[in-house]
Amino acid sequence: MSNGQSDRAIDVSGLGKRFGARWVLRGTTLAVRPGEVVGLMGQNGSGKSTILRIVATLLKPNAGTAQVNGLNVVRDATAVRAQVGYLAHTPGLYDDLTARENLKFAADMLGMPATVVDASLERVGLARVAHERVRGFSAGMERRLALARLFLRTPTVLLLDEPYSNLDAAGVELINSLIGGIVRTGGAALVALHELAPARGLIDRTLTLVEGRIDAARPNLVGAAAGVA
Amino acid sequence: MAWRDDWRRVRAIARKDLTTELRTKAGFNGVAALGVTILILLGLALGPDGAALRNAAVGAVWLATLFAGVLAFNRSFQVELESGALEPLLQYPGPRWTIFAGKLLGNLVFVTAMVAIVVAAGVVLFGVGIPATWPTLVGVIALGVVGLVVLGTFYASMSSRSRAREVLLPMLLFPMLVPVLLGATTASKALLGADLMHEAGAWIRLLAAYDLVFLIATFVAFEHVIES
Repeated sequence: MSNGQSDRAIDVSGLGKRFGARWVLRGTTLAVRPGEVVGLMGQNGSGKSTILRIVATLLKPNAGTAQVNGLNVVRDATAVRAQVGYLAHTPGLYDDLTARENLKFAADMLGMPATVVDASLERVGLARVAHERVRGFSAGMERRLALARLFLRTPTVLLLDEPYSNLDAAGVELINSLIGGIVRTGGAALVALHELAPARGLIDRTLTLVEGRIDAARPNLVGAAAGVA
Repeated sequence: MAWRDDWRRVRAIARKDLTTELRTKAGFNGVAALGVTILILLGLALGPDGAALRNAAVGAVWLATLFAGVLAFNRSFQVELESGALEPLLQYPGPRWTIFAGKLLGNLVFVTAMVAIVVAAGVVLFGVGIPATWPTLVGVIALGVVGLVVLGTFYASMSSRSRAREVLLPMLLFPMLVPVLLGATTASKALLGADLMHEAGAWIRLLAAYDLVFLIATFVAFEHVIES
């Protein structure tokens, strides 16, 4: 087991994942360094979400390895979960709880003090609806609340699955500033994207998944490749 | 301290589940109403014979509890699935057993409240007198509820991600509950009667041992079940 120190925040090697008879990932290899934001692009079903879910310890790979800060996502899953912040495609909120109750629950589960809840609601602009049930929220408000939950603590590795969906321009700006804040302190982010536009200026480089493999022939949509993966 | 954080997680899950249920009109009211309805139907099926009704009361109450309980267990994981909250729940740091313990605690409170209503309805509908040994009877009911909730919560977690979970849960759960049902009904019947054969004690010990074994086994197995 590693001591958690590594020159690669995310290190995925030869990753394979099968659902039934269908291989979604076929030997995917990629790396993200501390302080780096990498965009993961590809068509629907190309395996972007599957990679994120494996690194987030929510799925076990059928082949290959994945590490977060030198910790194996299967063997050291509990330690990895303490370092990773994962934003799924769906917000995963409880409709019959208020915004504040949703965050209080998350704070309890994360072992964070209850004082972070109000600050987090303020940060995403939902303080005025803190005591309203999530059932009445718009998709954009749910997304903001999921973001508030993600940033209750300061994860060292962010795994974001289409984080810009349902967000307006202010929401896009908010998420970019939150991600930027994590990365400036040495964190790293792997972001699954359909389009690059909202993340331009934040993403250091892009990788494109085609049929479960990183396509080396696809150009880095941001600029020069950064030397890994 | 780690155990304090773990206990905080357990309480948070139980509180969240109970709050959600209390705010969902179809939740507790629906499950309790189902339990009472089953009792009424069984009473109607048995006919107006008072002695026959009293004789069947214990079995009727436990069957009503069993069927209504299945609905409650399915609901406890449905809350996570409906909103896509299962993945965030599994992504929180901390041991998996805290999730099971939280769900278990929530279901225990929920089913105990439901059982209180079903037992009260059973006493009235089936004309059962309160015996002098009622504290022991309450203990038997508590052991029965623990057995039901431990296995129900575990198998609900196992079947939760199956599309056929409504069918799968009773199919998995009911065979495993036979010893609980047998122990609880036999001990309850003995305590409601004179217990001339002194059989209640043996059944209570069996019930307690069964609860303990499955409490340990389900805590150990939960991590593998929820991750598969």
